[in-house]
Amino acid sequence: MNAPSTTHYPAAPTAQKLETHTLSVLVDNEPGVLARVIGLFAGRGYNIESLTVSETEHRQHLSLITIVTTGTPMVIEQIKHQLDRLVPVHHVVDMTLAGNAIERELAMVKVKGKGDNRVEALRLADAFRARVIDATTESFVFEITGATDKIEQFINLMLPLGLVEVARTGIAAIMRGPEGM
Amino acid sequence: MKGNVMTREMTGAEMVIQALADQNVEHVFGYPGGAVLPIYDAIFSQNQVRHILVRHEQGAVHAAEGYARSTGKVGCVLVTSGPGATNAVTGLTDALCDSIPIVCITGQVPTHLIGNDAFQECDTVGITRPCTKYNYLVKRIEDLPRVLHEAFHIASSGRPGPVVVDVPKDIQFAKGVYSKPKDFPHTGYKPKLKGDMDKIKQAIDLMAHAKRPLFYTGGGVVNSGKAACDLLRELVKLTGYPITSTLMGLGAFPAADPKWIGMLGMHGTLEANMAMHDCDVMICIGARFDDRITGRLDAFSPGSKKIHVDIDPSSINKNVKADVPIVGDCAHVLEDMIRLWRTGAIHPDKKSLQMWWTQIDNWRSRKSLAYRSSNDVIKPQYAIQRLYELTKDKDVYITTEVGQHQMWAAQFYGFQEPNRWMTSGGLGTMGYGLPASVGVQLAHPKSLVIDIAGEASVLMTMQELSTAVQYRLPIKIFILNNNYMGMVRQWQELLHGGRYAESYSEALPDFVKLAEAYHAHGIRCAKPADLDRAIKEMIAIDKPVLFDCVVDPKENCFPMIPSGRAHNEMLLGDAGVSAEDAITEEGKVMV
Ligand SMILES: Cc1cc2nc3c(=O)[nH]c(=O)nc-3n(C[C@H](O)[C@H](O)[C@H](O)COP(=O)(O)OP(=O)(O)OC[C@H]3O[C@@H](n4cnc5c(N)ncnc54)[C@H](O)[C@@H]3O)c2cc1C
Ligand SMILES: Cc1ncc(C[n+]2csc(CCOP(=O)(O)OP(=O)(O)O)c2C)c(N)n1
Ligand SMILES: [Mg+2]
Repeated sequence: MNAPSTTHYPAAPTAQKLETHTLSVLVDNEPGVLARVIGLFAGRGYNIESLTVSETEHRQHLSLITIVTTGTPMVIEQIKHQLDRLVPVHHVVDMTLAGNAIERELAMVKVKGKGDNRVEALRLADAFRARVIDATTESFVFEITGATDKIEQFINLMLPLGLVEVARTGIAAIMRGPEGM
Repeated sequence: MKGNVMTREMTGAEMVIQALADQNVEHVFGYPGGAVLPIYDAIFSQNQVRHILVRHEQGAVHAAEGYARSTGKVGCVLVTSGPGATNAVTGLTDALCDSIPIVCITGQVPTHLIGNDAFQECDTVGITRPCTKYNYLVKRIEDLPRVLHEAFHIASSGRPGPVVVDVPKDIQFAKGVYSKPKDFPHTGYKPKLKGDMDKIKQAIDLMAHAKRPLFYTGGGVVNSGKAACDLLRELVKLTGYPITSTLMGLGAFPAADPKWIGMLGMHGTLEANMAMHDCDVMICIGARFDDRITGRLDAFSPGSKKIHVDIDPSSINKNVKADVPIVGDCAHVLEDMIRLWRTGAIHPDKKSLQMWWTQIDNWRSRKSLAYRSSNDVIKPQYAIQRLYELTKDKDVYITTEVGQHQMWAAQFYGFQEPNRWMTSGGLGTMGYGLPASVGVQLAHPKSLVIDIAGEASVLMTMQELSTAVQYRLPIKIFILNNNYMGMVRQWQELLHGGRYAESYSEALPDFVKLAEAYHAHGIRCAKPADLDRAIKEMIAIDKPVLFDCVVDPKENCFPMIPSGRAHNEMLLGDAGVSAEDAITEEGKVMV
């Protein structure tokens, strides 16, 4: 027998490997639907790494929520089932399991600086195909879209060049090929 | 509310009552207040739906739960805004945990005041979001009929649960057109009833080749209905396999049948838990691998292939990996299983099964529920046994509070039919049993309804005795009075060195006088020799009875799997047959 327990609950499971998955969740766009989804994550202790929401089919009042989450494979499966059983949820698609999804996010990156730094920032922005959407004599705002790692890389490069702040949309994801979800 | 016209103009308040009537609701449990007065006015001027006035909104929900569980119908609740709604939260959570279909209508401040910290305003949909299956705030009168009917549909279909409909007062006054809707707003909500045929075939194949099979069944079979319970009985008969059940599943299979090996889990029988541990094919039907069942997860039934039938995919692979997951309704899946078994030319391994049953009988012979009897004090187990013997031939329904008495009731009262056993399993709500028995008695006015109670629990909702008296509901509250929060004391003994902090029931009321103060009948019994006569008196009285059964204050509830332990590491009481004295050698090795 193992050491005597001091609680009437079973012990926590031993650590397992974590995975990151992107989930697309199609929901009825009704008041409180986002609160239900977020409340589920908060209440059950799941992680949200990124979250985007927008109505995508106006006539049917459907919104697409894209969530990036981490957990053990068993927890990820739970998350999908728990989402699926919410009454306003139509579909849950695991874009990571599906394997052929495109994921993009958009960031707006503000950089302040003069002289060489300013030139370097502009040069890098060009290399990353970021657009200048605002400029003053001492600052730029760049708009960049791409996969998360590309954006992370761009932001890291801007850091020593006078990075002021970043606004990011979070991830949107869609499947390649002709089929819809 | 007269006339059968399907489409009519009426107020929101009238729509609420009309929708209840159209849903064949006969009783609604409630408590009035400012934000629901228009609905109460609508109740006043009709006689299709009868209102039952409780004494606390928590009691309203528990009464509705008892009503629902004992009939298979939706239980219905009506409460006011603010404190009315917050008082209902415990009941709603209880219903969510135990999958009980409830529709709870709450009043809300007028729409223009929502968010304004108005008088008796609370964020009802916010507060109840995590404790309901679904909830609504109705802001337009046009939405009200569809929402009301959808609420019943959602509460009762799929995995049942509580649904809240929050109706602002101006919507109750507003006029609109009522009709019974044909479709519902949420087109994405479609519970899956039929199981996947390939999976069911796999399950039958596993079952057919099992050497040590075991049915592990739960509340989902009761949820699924009478047909599911009949089909379960048929499948067990066909296969001849042993069956155990959770606390919530008691009665789905008759306890008197020899295939029945008792409840499993923390306070389950030795034979049920050992069989869970050692089986090679586990057939889980409508149970959810709760932590009271599994104990230590890494040691849970290590050698078995697991078949899991559940209507809620999130119940499957939550705690325990299923080898054959089947999403579907118990009745539908059982029907397919039986058909496949019958047509499949199946030849179970008779010799292995024979050995398996011998093994189970060895465990049984340890008599894990045995206790030391006494002529001086009433042993709580004895009290339940006598209660069972003296009531089993009657048309009887049992509810319980939470604690040791609840476990003894589960162990010693034999349930032969479903829907006869109402207990708070998932949330474990002290104070559930008395109001639940009110709901049960209303649904079954001629039946004998007994709340097996603890002296601490029963005080949590004691005021509902007043409801029982008002509506002449002759419920019997059978208190196993051990002068302790016994279950807490037992854990303190086990885990905290016997330091009984705050678990003594100090300053108890005189329950006989208390009964009389409520205009009910009080009985006290403290001697084993008097018990039968006292129980007979209780049964004979056509009034609510508060029975103070004074029992041994030190008795503990065994068997028991201490948490964090495996099924084969049970603690037994000292009255059972020791492993050494058990019949065979295998028996010794196994325990
Ligand atoms: C003090 C105390 C001690 C306890 N000790 C024990 C103990 O020793 N043993 C024990 O068993 N319990 C015990 N319990 C109860 C325990 O906490 C759980 O409530 C109980 O075990 C759950 O039962 P269940 O698995 O049958 O699930 P339920 O809560 O009844 O859930 C039913 C399952 O069936 C599914 N379902 C619902 N409808 C359908 C349908 N139509 N078709 C298919 N599936 C459906 C649901 O999705 C769910 O997964 C104790 C409780 C308390 C308060
Ligand atoms: C509302 C609530 N509060 C606290 C608990 C924790 N609890 C579980 S059992 C128990 C003691 C119950 O005492 P009693 O009703 O006398 O039953 P007994 O165990 O003595 O049979 C307590 C406090 C609970 N289950 N519910
Ligand atoms: Mg007690």
